[in-house]
Amino acid sequence: MTSAVARPKPSDRGVPPFGGFSLQLVELEIHRLLRNRRTVIFSVLFPVFFFLVFGLNSAYANLRVGQGNTSAFIMISMALYGAVISTSGGAALVATERVAGWSRQLRITPLHPLAYIAVKMATSLVLGAASVAAVYITGAVTGKPSMPVGIWVTTGVVLWVGSLLFAAFGLFIGYLLPSENGMQVIGFSLMLFSFGGGLFIPLSQFSHLLRELAAFTPLFGLNQVVHYPLVQGSFDWTWAANLLAWLIIFTGGAVWRFRKDTARV
Amino acid sequence: MNVVGQTAEHLPSRGVGAGPPAIELRDLHKTFGSVNAVRGVDLRIDAGQVVAFLGPNGAGKTSTIDMVLGLSEPTSGSVSVYGLSPRDAVRKGLVSAVMQTGGLVKDFTVAETVRYVAHLFASSQPAQEVMERAGIDAIGDRLVGKCSGGEQQRLRFAIALLPDPDLLLLDEPTQGMDVEGRRSFWAAIRHDADQGRTVVFATHYLEEADAYADRVVLIRKGEIVADGTAAQVKALASGRTVRATLPDADEASLSAIGGVDSVEVRGDSVVVHCSDSDAVARHLLTRTDACDLEIAALGLEEAFIALTGDGGADNLSEGRFR
Repeated sequence: MTSAVARPKPSDRGVPPFGGFSLQLVELEIHRLLRNRRTVIFSVLFPVFFFLVFGLNSAYANLRVGQGNTSAFIMISMALYGAVISTSGGAALVATERVAGWSRQLRITPLHPLAYIAVKMATSLVLGAASVAAVYITGAVTGKPSMPVGIWVTTGVVLWVGSLLFAAFGLFIGYLLPSENGMQVIGFSLMLFSFGGGLFIPLSQFSHLLRELAAFTPLFGLNQVVHYPLVQGSFDWTWAANLLAWLIIFTGGAVWRFRKDTARV
Repeated sequence: MNVVGQTAEHLPSRGVGAGPPAIELRDLHKTFGSVNAVRGVDLRIDAGQVVAFLGPNGAGKTSTIDMVLGLSEPTSGSVSVYGLSPRDAVRKGLVSAVMQTGGLVKDFTVAETVRYVAHLFASSQPAQEVMERAGIDAIGDRLVGKCSGGEQQRLRFAIALLPDPDLLLLDEPTQGMDVEGRRSFWAAIRHDADQGRTVVFATHYLEEADAYADRVVLIRKGEIVADGTAAQVKALASGRTVRATLPDADEASLSAIGGVDSVEVRGDSVVVHCSDSDAVARHLLTRTDACDLEIAALGLEEAFIALTGDGGADNLSEGRFR
Protein backbone atom coordinates (compact mmCIF):
# COMPACT_ATOMS: atom_id res chain seq x y z
CA MET A 1 0.00 0.00 0.00
CA THR A 2 1.30 3.36 -1.00
CA SER A 3 -0.44 5.08 1.88
CA ALA A 4 3.00 5.04 3.47
CA VAL A 5 3.53 8.27 1.52
CA ALA A 6 1.61 9.79 4.41
CA ARG A 7 -0.54 12.78 3.73
CA PRO A 8 -0.31 15.53 6.34
CA LYS A 9 -2.84 15.04 9.11
CA PRO A 10 -6.06 16.98 8.48
CA SER A 11 -5.65 18.65 11.84
CA ASP A 12 -2.25 20.06 10.85
CA ARG A 13 -3.74 22.29 8.22
CA GLY A 14 -4.00 26.02 8.80
CA VAL A 15 -6.35 28.82 7.85
CA PRO A 16 -5.08 31.94 6.03
CA PRO A 17 -4.95 35.23 7.98
CA PHE A 18 -7.33 38.15 7.22
CA GLY A 19 -9.92 35.85 5.66
CA GLY A 20 -7.60 35.34 2.68
CA PHE A 21 -7.03 39.05 1.94
CA SER A 22 -3.56 39.73 0.57
CA LEU A 23 -1.82 42.42 -1.44
CA GLN A 24 -0.84 39.88 -4.09
CA LEU A 25 -4.54 39.52 -4.91
CA VAL A 26 -4.86 43.28 -5.27
CA GLU A 27 -1.83 43.28 -7.54
CA LEU A 28 -3.32 40.59 -9.80
CA GLU A 29 -6.63 42.48 -9.92
CA ILE A 30 -4.84 45.68 -10.93
CA HIS A 31 -3.07 43.90 -13.78
CA ARG A 32 -6.42 42.68 -14.91
CA LEU A 33 -8.03 46.14 -14.70
CA LEU A 34 -5.23 47.72 -16.71
CA ARG A 35 -5.74 45.14 -19.42
CA ASN A 36 -9.28 46.46 -19.87
CA ARG A 37 -8.86 49.59 -22.00
CA ARG A 38 -12.42 50.75 -21.48
CA THR A 39 -11.93 50.92 -17.73
CA VAL A 40 -8.75 52.96 -18.09
CA ILE A 41 -10.34 55.33 -20.62
CA PHE A 42 -13.44 55.94 -18.50
CA SER A 43 -11.79 56.34 -15.15
CA VAL A 44 -8.49 58.02 -16.01
CA LEU A 45 -8.57 59.63 -19.45
CA PHE A 46 -12.12 61.05 -19.36
CA PRO A 47 -11.66 63.12 -16.19
CA VAL A 48 -8.39 64.50 -17.57
CA PHE A 49 -10.12 65.33 -20.84
CA PHE A 50 -13.02 67.03 -19.02
CA PHE A 51 -10.59 69.10 -16.98
CA LEU A 52 -8.76 70.22 -20.14
CA VAL A 53 -12.08 71.20 -21.75
CA PHE A 54 -13.75 72.94 -18.78
CA GLY A 55 -10.95 73.88 -16.44
CA LEU A 56 -8.73 76.07 -18.58
CA ASN A 57 -11.21 78.55 -20.08
CA SER A 58 -9.59 81.93 -19.51
CA ALA A 59 -13.05 83.53 -19.23
CA TYR A 60 -13.32 82.19 -15.67
CA ALA A 61 -10.28 80.00 -14.89
CA ASN A 62 -8.51 82.66 -12.86
CA LEU A 63 -11.58 83.92 -10.97
CA ARG A 64 -10.95 83.77 -7.26
CA VAL A 65 -12.62 80.99 -5.21
CA GLY A 66 -11.78 80.85 -1.50
CA GLN A 67 -8.08 80.01 -1.16
CA GLY A 68 -7.54 79.54 -4.89
CA ASN A 69 -9.09 79.96 -8.32
CA THR A 70 -11.91 78.46 -10.41
CA SER A 71 -9.53 76.26 -12.39
CA ALA A 72 -8.53 74.56 -9.11
CA PHE A 73 -12.22 74.21 -8.17
CA ILE A 74 -12.96 72.47 -11.49
CA MET A 75 -9.88 70.28 -11.16
CA ILE A 76 -11.18 68.99 -7.82
CA SER A 77 -14.60 68.30 -9.37
CA MET A 78 -13.10 66.30 -12.23
CA ALA A 79 -10.81 64.33 -9.95
CA LEU A 80 -13.85 63.46 -7.83
CA TYR A 81 -15.70 62.37 -10.94
CA GLY A 82 -12.80 60.09 -11.91
CA ALA A 83 -12.48 58.68 -8.41
CA VAL A 84 -16.18 57.77 -8.11
CA ILE A 85 -16.18 56.17 -11.57
CA SER A 86 -13.22 54.04 -10.46
CA THR A 87 -14.65 52.93 -7.14
CA SER A 88 -18.18 52.25 -8.35
CA GLY A 89 -16.97 50.50 -11.50
CA GLY A 90 -14.50 48.35 -9.58
CA ALA A 91 -17.14 47.37 -7.04
CA ALA A 92 -19.67 46.54 -9.74
CA LEU A 93 -17.22 43.95 -11.11
CA VAL A 94 -18.17 41.81 -8.13
CA ALA A 95 -21.54 41.39 -9.77
CA THR A 96 -20.24 40.35 -13.17
CA GLU A 97 -17.98 37.81 -11.49
CA ARG A 98 -20.95 36.46 -9.64
CA VAL A 99 -22.83 35.94 -12.89
CA ALA A 100 -19.82 34.17 -14.37
CA GLY A 101 -19.77 31.84 -11.34
CA TRP A 102 -16.36 33.03 -10.15
CA SER A 103 -17.68 34.01 -6.72
CA ARG A 104 -19.11 30.51 -6.41
CA GLN A 105 -15.69 29.12 -7.27
CA LEU A 106 -14.15 31.38 -4.63
CA ARG A 107 -16.60 30.12 -2.04
CA ILE A 108 -14.84 26.77 -2.07
CA THR A 109 -11.61 28.50 -1.06
CA PRO A 110 -10.79 30.03 2.34
CA LEU A 111 -11.51 33.53 0.96
CA HIS A 112 -14.09 35.22 3.19
CA PRO A 113 -16.79 37.18 1.28
CA LEU A 114 -15.80 40.35 3.15
CA ALA A 115 -12.12 39.82 2.29
CA TYR A 116 -13.18 39.42 -1.34
CA ILE A 117 -15.03 42.75 -1.22
CA ALA A 118 -12.02 44.31 0.54
CA VAL A 119 -9.79 43.16 -2.34
CA LYS A 120 -12.19 44.82 -4.79
CA MET A 121 -12.28 48.03 -2.73
CA ALA A 122 -8.50 48.19 -2.50
CA THR A 123 -8.19 47.61 -6.23
CA SER A 124 -10.74 50.33 -6.94
CA LEU A 125 -8.93 52.69 -4.62
CA VAL A 126 -5.67 52.15 -6.50
CA LEU A 127 -7.43 52.92 -9.77
CA GLY A 128 -9.10 55.92 -8.09
CA ALA A 129 -5.70 57.16 -6.94
CA ALA A 130 -4.41 56.88 -10.50
CA SER A 131 -7.39 58.86 -11.70
CA VAL A 132 -6.93 61.61 -9.08
CA ALA A 133 -3.20 61.75 -9.73
CA ALA A 134 -3.72 62.02 -13.49
CA VAL A 135 -6.09 64.98 -13.11
CA TYR A 136 -3.92 66.74 -10.51
CA ILE A 137 -0.70 66.24 -12.47
CA THR A 138 -2.40 67.52 -15.62
CA GLY A 139 -3.56 70.53 -13.58
CA ALA A 140 -0.04 71.17 -12.29
CA VAL A 141 1.46 70.87 -15.77
CA THR A 142 -1.00 73.37 -17.28
CA GLY A 143 -0.22 75.75 -14.42
CA LYS A 144 -3.78 77.11 -14.36
CA PRO A 145 -5.16 75.77 -11.06
CA SER A 146 -3.92 77.81 -8.17
CA MET A 147 -4.24 76.99 -4.47
CA PRO A 148 -1.84 76.45 -1.54
CA VAL A 149 0.14 73.19 -1.66
CA GLY A 150 -1.51 71.91 1.51
CA ILE A 151 -4.93 72.19 -0.13
CA TRP A 152 -3.80 70.23 -3.19
CA VAL A 153 -2.93 67.44 -0.79
CA THR A 154 -5.96 67.61 1.53
CA THR A 155 -8.54 67.86 -1.27
CA GLY A 156 -6.82 65.03 -3.16
CA VAL A 157 -6.84 62.73 -0.14
CA VAL A 158 -10.36 63.64 1.00
CA LEU A 159 -11.93 63.06 -2.39
CA TRP A 160 -9.98 59.85 -2.91
CA VAL A 161 -11.12 58.38 0.41
CA GLY A 162 -14.61 59.91 0.07
CA SER A 163 -15.08 58.15 -3.26
CA LEU A 164 -15.43 54.89 -1.28
CA LEU A 165 -19.05 55.98 -0.72
CA PHE A 166 -19.56 55.09 -4.36
CA ALA A 167 -18.03 51.68 -3.93
CA ALA A 168 -21.17 50.93 -1.93
CA PHE A 169 -23.21 52.35 -4.81
CA GLY A 170 -21.35 50.15 -7.31
CA LEU A 171 -21.93 47.04 -5.18
CA PHE A 172 -25.62 47.85 -4.82
CA ILE A 173 -26.20 48.38 -8.56
CA GLY A 174 -23.94 45.44 -9.38
CA TYR A 175 -25.99 43.10 -7.21
CA LEU A 176 -29.24 44.63 -8.48
CA LEU A 177 -28.39 44.42 -12.20
CA PRO A 178 -25.61 41.86 -12.56
CA SER A 179 -24.67 42.30 -16.21
CA GLU A 180 -23.05 44.68 -18.65
CA ASN A 181 -26.24 46.74 -18.24
CA GLY A 182 -25.22 47.38 -14.67
CA MET A 183 -22.06 49.11 -15.87
CA GLN A 184 -24.07 51.30 -18.22
CA VAL A 185 -26.55 52.18 -15.51
CA ILE A 186 -23.63 53.18 -13.29
CA GLY A 187 -22.03 55.34 -15.99
CA PHE A 188 -25.31 57.07 -16.75
CA SER A 189 -26.27 57.56 -13.08
CA LEU A 190 -22.88 59.01 -12.23
CA MET A 191 -23.27 61.47 -15.10
CA LEU A 192 -26.65 62.57 -13.67
CA PHE A 193 -25.32 62.64 -10.10
CA SER A 194 -22.40 64.75 -11.30
CA PHE A 195 -24.76 67.35 -12.75
CA GLY A 196 -26.88 67.18 -9.59
CA GLY A 197 -23.83 67.51 -7.38
CA GLY A 198 -22.57 70.51 -9.31
CA LEU A 199 -19.44 68.82 -10.65
CA PHE A 200 -20.00 69.85 -14.25
CA ILE A 201 -22.02 73.05 -14.00
CA PRO A 202 -21.99 75.36 -10.96
CA LEU A 203 -25.25 74.92 -9.04
CA SER A 204 -25.61 78.71 -8.95
CA GLN A 205 -26.58 78.55 -12.61
CA PHE A 206 -29.52 76.23 -11.87
CA SER A 207 -33.06 77.54 -11.29
CA HIS A 208 -34.11 77.83 -7.66
CA LEU A 209 -36.21 74.63 -7.80
CA LEU A 210 -33.46 72.55 -9.43
CA ARG A 211 -30.98 73.86 -6.90
CA GLU A 212 -33.21 72.74 -4.04
CA LEU A 213 -33.60 69.28 -5.61
CA ALA A 214 -29.89 68.99 -6.36
CA ALA A 215 -29.14 69.16 -2.66
CA PHE A 216 -30.71 65.70 -2.30
CA THR A 217 -28.67 63.95 -5.00
CA PRO A 218 -25.88 61.53 -3.96
CA LEU A 219 -22.85 63.47 -5.15
CA PHE A 220 -23.97 66.80 -3.70
CA GLY A 221 -22.79 66.28 -0.13
CA LEU A 222 -19.49 64.67 -1.08
CA ASN A 223 -18.77 67.36 -3.68
CA GLN A 224 -19.35 70.14 -1.15
CA VAL A 225 -17.18 68.42 1.45
CA VAL A 226 -14.21 67.83 -0.89
CA HIS A 227 -14.27 71.46 -2.03
CA TYR A 228 -14.49 72.76 1.52
CA PRO A 229 -10.70 73.02 2.10
CA LEU A 230 -10.51 75.28 -0.98
CA VAL A 231 -13.74 77.27 -0.62
CA GLN A 232 -13.71 77.44 3.20
CA GLY A 233 -16.34 79.64 4.89
CA SER A 234 -19.02 77.98 7.00
CA PHE A 235 -19.41 74.21 6.98
CA ASP A 236 -23.02 73.28 6.24
CA TRP A 237 -24.05 70.18 8.19
CA THR A 238 -26.65 69.27 5.57
CA TRP A 239 -23.69 68.22 3.40
CA ALA A 240 -22.67 65.67 5.99
CA ALA A 241 -26.31 64.62 6.38
CA ASN A 242 -26.58 64.08 2.61
CA LEU A 243 -23.36 62.06 2.58
CA LEU A 244 -24.37 59.93 5.53
CA ALA A 245 -27.89 59.33 4.23
CA TRP A 246 -26.62 58.06 0.88
CA LEU A 247 -23.95 55.95 2.52
CA ILE A 248 -26.67 54.24 4.56
CA ILE A 249 -28.93 53.84 1.52
CA PHE A 250 -26.21 52.36 -0.70
CA THR A 251 -24.70 50.12 1.96
CA GLY A 252 -28.15 48.98 3.10
CA GLY A 253 -29.11 48.22 -0.50
CA ALA A 254 -25.88 46.33 -1.16
CA VAL A 255 -26.25 44.26 2.03
CA TRP A 256 -29.90 43.55 1.23
CA ARG A 257 -29.10 42.30 -2.27
CA PHE A 258 -26.02 40.43 -1.04
CA ARG A 259 -28.12 38.53 1.51
CA LYS A 260 -30.73 37.63 -1.10
CA ASP A 261 -27.96 36.52 -3.35
CA THR A 262 -26.11 34.20 -0.99
CA ALA A 263 -29.41 32.64 0.04
CA ARG A 264 -29.94 31.63 -3.57
CA VAL A 265 -26.50 30.46 -4.73
CA MET B 1 -27.52 -9.43 -1.41
CA ASN B 2 -27.79 -6.45 0.83
CA VAL B 3 -25.81 -3.69 -0.70
CA VAL B 4 -28.18 -0.79 -0.35
CA GLY B 5 -27.48 1.21 2.77
CA GLN B 6 -24.26 -0.54 3.54
CA THR B 7 -21.21 1.51 4.30
CA ALA B 8 -19.15 -0.63 2.00
CA GLU B 9 -16.47 -1.49 4.55
CA HIS B 10 -15.43 -4.34 2.33
CA LEU B 11 -14.12 -1.94 -0.26
CA PRO B 12 -10.44 -1.16 -0.59
CA SER B 13 -9.43 1.76 1.53
CA ARG B 14 -5.97 3.08 0.81
CA GLY B 15 -6.47 5.92 3.21
CA VAL B 16 -4.84 6.94 6.42
CA GLY B 17 -6.85 4.28 8.20
CA ALA B 18 -8.14 5.45 11.53
CA GLY B 19 -9.58 8.91 11.85
CA PRO B 20 -12.85 10.50 10.89
CA PRO B 21 -14.44 9.52 7.56
CA ALA B 22 -13.85 11.86 4.64
CA ILE B 23 -17.57 12.43 4.30
CA GLU B 24 -20.35 11.55 6.69
CA LEU B 25 -23.93 12.40 5.77
CA ARG B 26 -26.68 11.64 8.24
CA ASP B 27 -30.34 11.68 7.27
CA LEU B 28 -29.63 14.54 4.91
CA HIS B 29 -32.58 16.45 3.49
CA LYS B 30 -32.70 19.44 1.18
CA THR B 31 -35.89 21.11 0.14
CA PHE B 32 -36.25 23.92 -2.38
CA GLY B 33 -39.77 25.27 -1.93
CA SER B 34 -41.98 22.26 -2.60
CA VAL B 35 -39.22 20.23 -4.28
CA ASN B 36 -37.47 17.61 -2.16
CA ALA B 37 -34.09 17.46 -3.87
CA VAL B 38 -32.45 15.25 -1.24
CA ARG B 39 -34.56 12.93 0.86
CA GLY B 40 -32.81 11.25 3.72
CA VAL B 41 -29.34 10.39 2.46
CA ASP B 42 -27.07 8.46 4.82
CA LEU B 43 -23.60 8.00 3.44
CA ARG B 44 -20.16 7.39 4.87
CA ILE B 45 -17.12 7.62 2.64
CA ASP B 46 -13.84 6.56 4.17
CA ALA B 47 -10.53 8.21 3.43
CA GLY B 48 -8.81 6.91 0.32
CA GLN B 49 -11.81 5.64 -1.60
CA VAL B 50 -12.62 6.62 -5.17
CA VAL B 51 -16.38 6.88 -5.30
CA ALA B 52 -18.59 7.49 -8.33
CA PHE B 53 -21.80 9.31 -7.71
CA LEU B 54 -24.30 8.41 -10.39
CA GLY B 55 -27.80 9.51 -11.03
CA PRO B 56 -29.95 11.13 -13.68
CA ASN B 57 -30.28 14.89 -13.89
CA GLY B 58 -32.26 16.23 -10.97
CA ALA B 59 -31.53 13.18 -8.81
CA GLY B 60 -29.94 15.33 -6.11
CA LYS B 61 -26.25 14.76 -6.87
CA THR B 62 -25.33 18.40 -7.23
CA SER B 63 -27.51 19.41 -4.26
CA THR B 64 -25.67 16.86 -2.14
CA ILE B 65 -22.24 17.97 -3.39
CA ASP B 66 -23.17 21.61 -2.68
CA MET B 67 -23.94 20.70 0.94
CA VAL B 68 -20.65 18.79 1.31
CA LEU B 69 -18.85 21.92 0.07
CA GLY B 70 -20.82 24.23 2.36
CA LEU B 71 -22.32 26.06 -0.61
CA SER B 72 -25.78 25.39 0.78
CA GLU B 73 -27.19 24.42 4.14
CA PRO B 74 -29.11 21.18 4.66
CA THR B 75 -32.80 21.59 5.41
CA SER B 76 -32.26 18.90 8.04
CA GLY B 77 -29.68 16.27 8.85
CA SER B 78 -25.95 16.72 9.14
CA VAL B 79 -22.83 16.88 6.98
CA SER B 80 -19.33 16.45 8.26
CA VAL B 81 -16.08 16.44 6.30
CA TYR B 82 -13.15 14.89 8.16
CA GLY B 83 -15.18 15.51 11.31
CA LEU B 84 -15.46 19.24 10.58
CA SER B 85 -18.20 21.46 9.26
CA PRO B 86 -17.94 21.83 5.47
CA ARG B 87 -16.93 25.49 5.73
CA ASP B 88 -14.10 24.73 8.16
CA ALA B 89 -12.90 21.92 5.94
CA VAL B 90 -12.85 24.30 2.97
CA ARG B 91 -11.01 26.98 4.95
CA LYS B 92 -8.31 24.50 5.84
CA GLY B 93 -7.98 23.36 2.25
CA LEU B 94 -9.03 19.82 3.18
CA VAL B 95 -11.61 19.68 0.45
CA SER B 96 -11.70 21.19 -3.01
CA ALA B 97 -13.79 20.63 -6.07
CA VAL B 98 -14.14 20.88 -9.80
CA MET B 99 -17.70 22.06 -10.22
CA GLN B 100 -19.81 22.16 -13.33
CA THR B 101 -20.83 25.69 -12.50
CA GLY B 102 -17.41 26.88 -11.34
CA GLY B 103 -16.87 30.07 -13.25
CA LEU B 104 -13.59 31.56 -14.33
CA VAL B 105 -12.57 35.15 -14.99
CA LYS B 106 -12.21 35.66 -18.73
CA ASP B 107 -9.69 38.50 -18.55
CA PHE B 108 -7.24 36.74 -16.23
CA THR B 109 -4.60 34.61 -17.89
CA VAL B 110 -4.40 30.91 -17.04
CA ALA B 111 -1.33 31.46 -14.86
CA GLU B 112 -2.86 34.48 -13.10
CA THR B 113 -5.95 32.46 -12.24
CA VAL B 114 -3.82 29.73 -10.68
CA ARG B 115 -1.67 32.25 -8.78
CA TYR B 116 -4.77 34.10 -7.55
CA VAL B 117 -6.26 30.97 -6.00
CA ALA B 118 -2.85 29.83 -4.71
CA HIS B 119 -2.65 33.03 -2.64
CA LEU B 120 -5.93 32.16 -0.92
CA PHE B 121 -4.69 29.12 0.94
CA ALA B 122 -2.59 29.03 4.08
CA SER B 123 -0.29 26.64 2.28
CA SER B 124 -0.49 25.83 -1.36
CA GLN B 125 1.22 23.68 -3.92
CA PRO B 126 3.46 25.67 -6.31
CA ALA B 127 1.40 27.15 -9.15
CA GLN B 128 3.84 25.85 -11.75
CA GLU B 129 3.57 22.30 -10.44
CA VAL B 130 -0.24 22.06 -10.55
CA MET B 131 -0.25 23.59 -14.02
CA GLU B 132 2.11 20.89 -15.18
CA ARG B 133 0.01 18.20 -13.57
CA ALA B 134 -3.14 19.53 -15.21
CA GLY B 135 -1.34 19.84 -18.55
CA ILE B 136 -1.77 23.60 -18.92
CA ASP B 137 1.78 24.81 -18.24
CA ALA B 138 2.25 25.57 -21.94
CA ILE B 139 -0.72 27.95 -22.07
CA GLY B 140 -0.04 29.94 -18.89
CA ASP B 141 -0.04 33.28 -20.69
CA ARG B 142 -3.28 32.67 -22.55
CA LEU B 143 -6.37 34.61 -21.49
CA VAL B 144 -8.98 32.32 -19.95
CA GLY B 145 -11.59 33.70 -22.36
CA LYS B 146 -9.51 32.37 -25.24
CA CYS B 147 -9.23 28.83 -23.86
CA SER B 148 -11.29 25.92 -25.16
CA GLY B 149 -13.82 24.19 -22.92
CA GLY B 150 -11.37 21.35 -22.27
CA GLU B 151 -8.57 23.76 -21.37
CA GLN B 152 -10.85 25.63 -18.97
CA GLN B 153 -11.79 22.31 -17.40
CA ARG B 154 -8.09 21.49 -16.90
CA LEU B 155 -7.66 24.92 -15.34
CA ARG B 156 -10.45 24.16 -12.87
CA PHE B 157 -8.68 20.92 -12.09
CA ALA B 158 -5.37 22.74 -11.55
CA ILE B 159 -7.08 25.15 -9.13
CA ALA B 160 -8.64 22.25 -7.26
CA LEU B 161 -5.20 20.66 -6.78
CA LEU B 162 -3.67 23.79 -5.22
CA PRO B 163 -4.49 23.06 -1.56
CA ASP B 164 -3.39 19.43 -2.00
CA PRO B 165 -6.86 18.46 -0.76
CA ASP B 166 -7.54 15.27 1.18
CA LEU B 167 -10.94 15.14 -0.47
CA LEU B 168 -11.56 16.06 -4.08
CA LEU B 169 -15.11 16.40 -5.39
CA LEU B 170 -15.56 16.33 -9.14
CA ASP B 171 -18.83 17.17 -10.83
CA GLU B 172 -18.68 15.96 -14.45
CA PRO B 173 -14.92 16.49 -14.40
CA THR B 174 -14.03 15.43 -17.92
CA GLN B 175 -16.76 17.29 -19.73
CA GLY B 176 -15.35 18.94 -22.84
CA MET B 177 -12.09 16.98 -22.73
CA ASP B 178 -10.99 14.84 -25.64
CA VAL B 179 -10.26 11.14 -25.24
CA GLU B 180 -6.56 11.66 -24.57
CA GLY B 181 -7.35 14.44 -22.08
CA ARG B 182 -9.76 12.16 -20.25
CA ARG B 183 -7.20 9.37 -20.10
CA SER B 184 -4.42 11.53 -18.66
CA PHE B 185 -6.90 13.16 -16.28
CA TRP B 186 -7.89 9.82 -14.80
CA ALA B 187 -4.29 8.71 -14.62
CA ALA B 188 -3.58 11.77 -12.47
CA ILE B 189 -6.64 11.13 -10.28
CA ARG B 190 -5.70 7.48 -9.83
CA HIS B 191 -2.16 8.43 -8.90
CA ASP B 192 -3.39 10.78 -6.18
CA ALA B 193 -5.92 8.28 -4.90
CA ASP B 194 -3.10 5.80 -4.46
CA GLN B 195 -1.43 8.34 -2.19
CA GLY B 196 -4.51 8.42 0.01
CA ARG B 197 -6.61 11.15 -1.51
CA THR B 198 -10.35 10.56 -1.38
CA VAL B 199 -12.08 11.25 -4.66
CA VAL B 200 -15.83 11.54 -5.21
CA PHE B 201 -17.00 12.17 -8.73
CA ALA B 202 -20.31 12.60 -10.46
CA THR B 203 -20.27 11.64 -14.09
CA HIS B 204 -22.51 10.63 -16.91
CA TYR B 205 -19.71 8.74 -18.63
CA LEU B 206 -20.70 5.45 -17.07
CA GLU B 207 -17.62 3.71 -18.39
CA GLU B 208 -15.56 6.13 -16.29
CA ALA B 209 -17.41 5.09 -13.17
CA ASP B 210 -16.95 1.48 -14.15
CA ALA B 211 -13.23 1.84 -14.86
CA TYR B 212 -12.06 4.19 -12.14
CA ALA B 213 -14.33 3.92 -9.10
CA ASP B 214 -13.81 1.57 -6.14
CA ARG B 215 -17.40 2.18 -5.23
CA VAL B 216 -20.51 3.33 -7.05
CA VAL B 217 -23.34 5.16 -5.30
CA LEU B 218 -26.52 5.45 -7.30
CA ILE B 219 -28.89 8.20 -6.35
CA ARG B 220 -32.42 8.60 -7.65
CA LYS B 221 -35.03 11.15 -6.68
CA GLY B 222 -32.96 12.27 -3.72
CA GLU B 223 -32.39 8.79 -2.29
CA ILE B 224 -29.58 6.27 -2.54
CA VAL B 225 -30.83 3.27 -4.49
CA ALA B 226 -27.63 1.26 -4.76
CA ASP B 227 -24.19 1.35 -3.20
CA GLY B 228 -21.37 -1.08 -3.88
CA THR B 229 -18.59 -1.91 -6.30
CA ALA B 230 -19.36 -1.36 -9.97
CA ALA B 231 -19.65 -5.13 -10.41
CA GLN B 232 -22.10 -5.43 -7.52
CA VAL B 233 -24.26 -2.61 -8.79
CA LYS B 234 -24.34 -4.12 -12.24
CA ALA B 235 -25.37 -7.44 -10.80
CA LEU B 236 -28.01 -5.75 -8.67
CA ALA B 237 -29.90 -4.27 -11.52
CA SER B 238 -29.54 -6.64 -14.34
CA GLY B 239 -28.13 -9.82 -12.96
CA ARG B 240 -26.06 -11.79 -15.44
CA THR B 241 -26.65 -13.61 -18.62
CA VAL B 242 -25.49 -17.19 -19.01
CA ARG B 243 -25.36 -18.42 -22.59
CA ALA B 244 -24.51 -21.98 -23.65
CA THR B 245 -24.83 -24.33 -26.56
CA LEU B 246 -27.27 -27.04 -25.47
CA PRO B 247 -29.47 -28.92 -27.95
CA ASP B 248 -32.87 -29.88 -26.55
CA ALA B 249 -32.57 -27.79 -23.46
CA ASP B 250 -35.05 -28.51 -20.71
CA GLU B 251 -36.61 -25.11 -20.04
CA ALA B 252 -38.53 -26.20 -17.00
CA SER B 253 -35.56 -27.56 -15.06
CA LEU B 254 -33.50 -24.48 -15.86
CA SER B 255 -36.28 -22.20 -14.69
CA ALA B 256 -36.43 -24.07 -11.43
CA ILE B 257 -32.89 -23.01 -10.43
CA GLY B 258 -32.93 -20.32 -7.75
CA GLY B 259 -32.46 -16.76 -9.01
CA VAL B 260 -33.40 -17.45 -12.62
CA ASP B 261 -35.55 -14.78 -14.19
CA SER B 262 -36.04 -16.09 -17.67
CA VAL B 263 -34.89 -18.83 -19.98
CA GLU B 264 -34.79 -18.44 -23.73
CA VAL B 265 -34.14 -21.30 -26.10
CA ARG B 266 -32.88 -20.24 -29.50
CA GLY B 267 -32.30 -23.26 -31.64
CA ASP B 268 -29.30 -25.06 -30.19
CA SER B 269 -28.42 -22.35 -27.73
CA VAL B 270 -29.95 -21.32 -24.47
CA VAL B 271 -29.82 -17.92 -22.76
CA VAL B 272 -30.57 -17.67 -19.05
CA HIS B 273 -31.04 -14.34 -17.27
CA CYS B 274 -30.37 -14.78 -13.60
CA SER B 275 -29.04 -13.18 -10.46
CA ASP B 276 -26.98 -16.22 -9.44
CA SER B 277 -24.95 -17.09 -12.50
CA ASP B 278 -22.76 -19.50 -10.54
CA ALA B 279 -25.68 -21.80 -9.76
CA VAL B 280 -26.83 -21.80 -13.37
CA ALA B 281 -23.32 -22.46 -14.68
CA ARG B 282 -22.81 -25.28 -12.21
CA HIS B 283 -26.09 -26.84 -13.24
CA LEU B 284 -25.36 -26.54 -16.94
CA LEU B 285 -21.85 -27.96 -16.69
CA THR B 286 -22.55 -30.76 -14.27
CA ARG B 287 -26.08 -31.87 -15.10
CA THR B 288 -26.32 -31.24 -18.84
CA ASP B 289 -24.21 -31.53 -21.96
CA ALA B 290 -23.92 -27.79 -22.32
CA CYS B 291 -20.74 -26.43 -23.88
CA ASP B 292 -19.35 -23.05 -25.02
CA LEU B 293 -20.56 -21.48 -21.78
CA GLU B 294 -20.40 -17.70 -21.55
CA ILE B 295 -21.28 -15.54 -18.55
CA ALA B 296 -21.79 -11.85 -19.19
CA ALA B 297 -22.66 -9.05 -16.86
CA LEU B 298 -24.79 -6.39 -18.39
CA GLY B 299 -23.15 -2.97 -18.54
CA LEU B 300 -23.28 -0.41 -15.81
CA GLU B 301 -25.34 1.64 -18.19
CA GLU B 302 -28.15 -0.92 -18.17
CA ALA B 303 -27.88 -1.12 -14.40
CA PHE B 304 -28.03 2.64 -14.21
CA ILE B 305 -31.15 2.82 -16.33
CA ALA B 306 -32.82 -0.05 -14.51
CA LEU B 307 -32.10 1.39 -11.08
CA THR B 308 -32.66 5.06 -11.75
CA GLY B 309 -35.35 4.95 -14.42
CA ASP B 310 -39.02 5.10 -13.59
CA GLY B 311 -39.09 1.35 -13.15
CA GLY B 312 -36.28 1.50 -10.60
CA ALA B 313 -38.52 1.66 -7.57
CA ASP B 314 -40.58 -1.26 -8.83
CA ASN B 315 -37.48 -3.36 -9.28
CA LEU B 316 -36.54 -2.59 -5.72
CA SER B 317 -39.96 -3.44 -4.39
CA GLU B 318 -39.72 -6.88 -5.98
CA GLY B 319 -37.21 -7.60 -3.31
CA ARG B 320 -34.64 -8.62 -5.83
CA PHE B 321 -32.08 -6.40 -4.24
CA ARG B 322 -32.71 -7.20 -0.61
